[in-house]
Amino acid sequence: MSFIRQAREFGYRAIPKRDPNFGANLDTSHGPVLYVEGITVSFDGFKALNDLNLYVDDGELRCIIGPNGAGKTTMMDVITGKTKPDAGTVYFGQQIDLLSLSEHQIARGGIGRKFQKPTVFEPLSVYENLELAIAGDKRVWSTLLKDLTGEQRDRIDEVLHQIGLPKHRHQLAGALSHGQKQWLEIGMLLMQSPRVLLVDEPVAGMTGEEVEHTAQLLTSLEGKHSVIVVEHDMAFVRSIARKVTVLHQGSVLAEGTMDQVQNNPKVVEVYLGE
Amino acid sequence: MTDNCHHTLWRSLSRFCLFFVFAITCSATLHAQDEAAVNAEVTEAPTFEELVYQLVQGNLRQMGEAVDALTELDNPRVVDVFDALGSGDLYADRSEPPTIAIRHNNGSTTEFFTGAPLLDETVAELRQVRINNRLRSQLRTLMAQLSINDESVDVRYNAVRRMIRDGVDEDTITLLQDRQRIESAARVNGAIATALALYELRSDQPTRRLEAISILRGSLEREARNTLRQLSENDPDEEVRTAAENALNSIAGKMRFFRFIETVFFGLSLGSVLLLAGIGLAITFGVMGVINMAHGELIMIGAYTTWMVQQLFPDLIQWSLLIAIPAAFVVSGLVGIAIERGVIRFLYGRPLETLLATFGISLILQQAVRTLFTPLNRSVSSPDWISGVLTINPVLSITYTRLYILIFGLLVFAALMLVMKRTSLGLKVRAVSQNRAMARAVGVRSSWVDALTFGLGSGVAGIAGVALSQITNVGPNLGQAYIIDSFMVVVFGGVGNLWGTLVSAMSLGLINNFLEPYAGAMLAKVMVLIMLILFIQKRPKGLFPQKGRAAAD
Amino acid sequence: MLMQRLLLSDRGGMVVLGIIAVATLLIPILNLAVPPDSPFYVSNYMVALLGKFLCFALLALSVDLIWGYAGILSLGHGAFFALGGYAMGMHLMRQIGDRGVYGHPELMDFMVVMNWESLPWYWQGFDMFWFAMLMVLLVPGLLALVFGFLAFRSRVTGVYFAIITQALTYALMLAFFRNEMGFGGNNGLNDFKEILGFSISAKGTRVGLFVTSAVMLILAYMACRYIVTSRMGRVILSIRDAESRTRFSGYKVESYKLWLFVFSSMLAAIAGALYVPQVGIINPGEFSPLNSIEMVIWVAAGGRGTLFGAIVGAFSVNYAKTFFTSWSPEAWLFILGGLFVLVTLLLPNGLVGLFNRFRRKLKHELPEEEEKADDESELKSGGNQ
Repeated sequence: MSFIRQAREFGYRAIPKRDPNFGANLDTSHGPVLYVEGITVSFDGFKALNDLNLYVDDGELRCIIGPNGAGKTTMMDVITGKTKPDAGTVYFGQQIDLLSLSEHQIARGGIGRKFQKPTVFEPLSVYENLELAIAGDKRVWSTLLKDLTGEQRDRIDEVLHQIGLPKHRHQLAGALSHGQKQWLEIGMLLMQSPRVLLVDEPVAGMTGEEVEHTAQLLTSLEGKHSVIVVEHDMAFVRSIARKVTVLHQGSVLAEGTMDQVQNNPKVVEVYLGE
Repeated sequence: MTDNCHHTLWRSLSRFCLFFVFAITCSATLHAQDEAAVNAEVTEAPTFEELVYQLVQGNLRQMGEAVDALTELDNPRVVDVFDALGSGDLYADRSEPPTIAIRHNNGSTTEFFTGAPLLDETVAELRQVRINNRLRSQLRTLMAQLSINDESVDVRYNAVRRMIRDGVDEDTITLLQDRQRIESAARVNGAIATALALYELRSDQPTRRLEAISILRGSLEREARNTLRQLSENDPDEEVRTAAENALNSIAGKMRFFRFIETVFFGLSLGSVLLLAGIGLAITFGVMGVINMAHGELIMIGAYTTWMVQQLFPDLIQWSLLIAIPAAFVVSGLVGIAIERGVIRFLYGRPLETLLATFGISLILQQAVRTLFTPLNRSVSSPDWISGVLTINPVLSITYTRLYILIFGLLVFAALMLVMKRTSLGLKVRAVSQNRAMARAVGVRSSWVDALTFGLGSGVAGIAGVALSQITNVGPNLGQAYIIDSFMVVVFGGVGNLWGTLVSAMSLGLINNFLEPYAGAMLAKVMVLIMLILFIQKRPKGLFPQKGRAAAD
Repeated sequence: MLMQRLLLSDRGGMVVLGIIAVATLLIPILNLAVPPDSPFYVSNYMVALLGKFLCFALLALSVDLIWGYAGILSLGHGAFFALGGYAMGMHLMRQIGDRGVYGHPELMDFMVVMNWESLPWYWQGFDMFWFAMLMVLLVPGLLALVFGFLAFRSRVTGVYFAIITQALTYALMLAFFRNEMGFGGNNGLNDFKEILGFSISAKGTRVGLFVTSAVMLILAYMACRYIVTSRMGRVILSIRDAESRTRFSGYKVESYKLWLFVFSSMLAAIAGALYVPQVGIINPGEFSPLNSIEMVIWVAAGGRGTLFGAIVGAFSVNYAKTFFTSWSPEAWLFILGGLFVLVTLLLPNGLVGLFNRFRRKLKHELPEEEEKADDESELKSGGNQ
């Protein structure tokens, strides 16, 4: 029985188990779009996440900070299906259990992720990078046989402008600057038309001007998408954050506005020591 | 007169020769021979060789006398004469004094006293020394008497077993009973008990037969089984038949147990071979992440080094393996370092390219060996101490080679564990393999560590070659036969985990040996490969995967 | 539009395919119509040799597709090649009929020797050409499907995949060496008589097989070209370079790998099926791990990641092999081994990469006055490509 299920998941003419683009008509009637509850992940006895609880509202821009090893990246791994937790649940909207889905299903369903290290497809052009990421039928035969529709092309142009790279359309992604690669990657997330964007350290290694541009880009997404930003750069976080969550040793230490968090004695202790 | 003179001269000459030869072979012989010579002069009693001449030249009556006289002599070679005579392998010609020769099992014929090879002309003149049945049984009893009272437990044990095989009669029974009174070794005593019980089975009193059956319950001798089977079918007494039946069943159970132990041992033995082959790879592939397809050829180089050592020091065959171990470690290790410095270091972080390049190296090494040493297999001789069979009981016997290789494999493993866990090289290796940049930052010369680690893994492969030279053919294709197995061991055990390598080698060996009786050797191998492929489905990172953040990518 | 996509944007491919097409037209004429004493005569040996090379080129294409484009190193493609070959061999064996040494109307000679009573079930149907051809594709395809499904599902990648594919072909080799398998054991299948009614040793048949191989190679090239220039081709490239990213972009990476692996295995199988009637034998030696790894070096030497590079590599390495083994068989293994090391260390992009570097150098450094004429003609020929 399970073999049949697996075969179907693997199959080319899969009978859709559910709407692959389930993010579009998500039930968010109770507010949050993402429910992370009681998540625990341990590696060889070391608890990377320890009973983590996190709720992200629809359209919210949330910043997550925390010292190294606080579990920020592991949390993203759990949400995107890369790591399966030892305990806890992750729900997307009211009904969709993300832990039962695989990475590509979660991505198709509307959760996009940008990695810490910019990963764009270097031998492909900027346009082709966006084309790859585009929402639509991503099964083997359709990519082999079908070209893009006019609508999809328009969408690529739109995003090209949004991320400020219309002039670089035919340039190879490998030839872009570090900052441009980061934007391209955010653009690729946007191509997926996601409900939730997970953005890991978007401004690491950027110049001041680039940081500003990135801040504008991310705040412009607020309302249309839920955006979760993990970042070390406090100035940057201050400039974009509405609500900040502080992680420490795998669980939430504090949550609130930037000012509230900064004046929280526990946070001060963790960041500054005694 | 001249003839006689000649005779005496020859005799003293031959005595001198004997003296000389024996002095070289062993001092105990020398002692005995000396004594015999002294005896001869004092009491004029016939010497050993005089008796032997009488034995081959005389008629049957004289032969019988000679046999009796020989028994009185305390000469270790008496057994050889009797043995050869009894089995019809003693030859002599008509010359005076006769040339006496022994034909060996391998077909060669040598002079009896000196062991020297004989000219073809001489061999052509030889005639077999014939005996009659009465003499033959006399010889057998004498032989048995000699060997059953031998100093070595093994000789005594085998003598009793031979008696069991040949059938116990009245003559031997007294011998056995005499020995039983003074015998101290449990193994020999057990065999004597079996022999006596087998004799008792022929008794016409059912109670004595029953008693004998109860003694034979635990015996694993084939004779015991056969006799019991006959008894269970043909014995007139109902009770005896049932008892025999029960005894047979209990023996069958015991045999199953020992067969199982034997399979386990062979499995572990194969496992130790796999361990030896794979453990070097566990270092280079497992710890360093370098995929070295020339690993098998490094094993082959170790085996050829063993051969070279034996060629260079033909007088030290007994020690050759002990010399070869460090030699093979150094030779293979240096070749490994050369490979690392010459090729692999340019390819770190590109595993597929490393795979191809090292495969190329393996082709070159194979062909180099073929060109240098010809494509023929080389025969590596085994020292005496490693050959032979350890007979634990009639069903279970273990060759010393396999036993030593098992122990050796475990020793090498333990040594390697120590190196990795306790030495500074081991610490550096682990540091570099976990985080190269960080290790370099704290002052580890990573390229130096790479070379040494690779040398270590390669050297261990060379040591494996020494062990393998004792059980397989040493030829240019030796390495190829082991490379896939070695990789399987490492992958199955979990990359980067030496304990995993140990467990996986042993379990693969066991699985293979337990499958073999059902599937045949080749199919067993195919099945193991398929099982491994399926296993990788369940546990892609092996039995003992590395966990943690670093392992995630 | 399609033409533009498949050919015009691929100048190296056009040159290579052009040469093959011309050879396909000329060689039959030069072999069949030109008298043997003419300097233009192409010998039977040469036709057979080139036919073999064409099969190898097709095989190299299949390896390049999966390794060069998807980054999956399969050391088991020899197994698919050999399975395709065995399927064809079985058909040719059935065609022998009662002309075997023992004259049995149905059983192969080796089955008679083993005292088999009747044809085993898996030999049924192979007397029909269409069925055999179906099996040429289906058997290796199914093996690739099952094996790839298991491997890719558990994310076996890189060297692990390479090693287990090597173990696969090794296991098959051991299995096919067994007489009880019913594939002729050690000796394999040989002594073929005819194919589709034509005598297998006839001159015309050889030329026919040569032309078929060439046409097949060109068709396969076009198909591969279609794949790599489609959106799927770009997905495959991105899987090679950033698998995880591709997955998070919503692609089911396993399906793509599996699809490509199966397609590639079928190409290899076709190559095997064309190879067997041209060499007249198939035996378990074809499964040997060395063969599988050798075809990888053809691709590496030619230039992985360019389809025509694979063809160039297959032809040049195999030509070298023919040349050196006739000169000194001992030297060949040294050279092959050296080639592995040399290509991986110095020529990561193979001959094609070397050629491109050379051409770029010519373009960038302004040529000296005297050499200008030469270079111009060089450039022009380059431009015409």
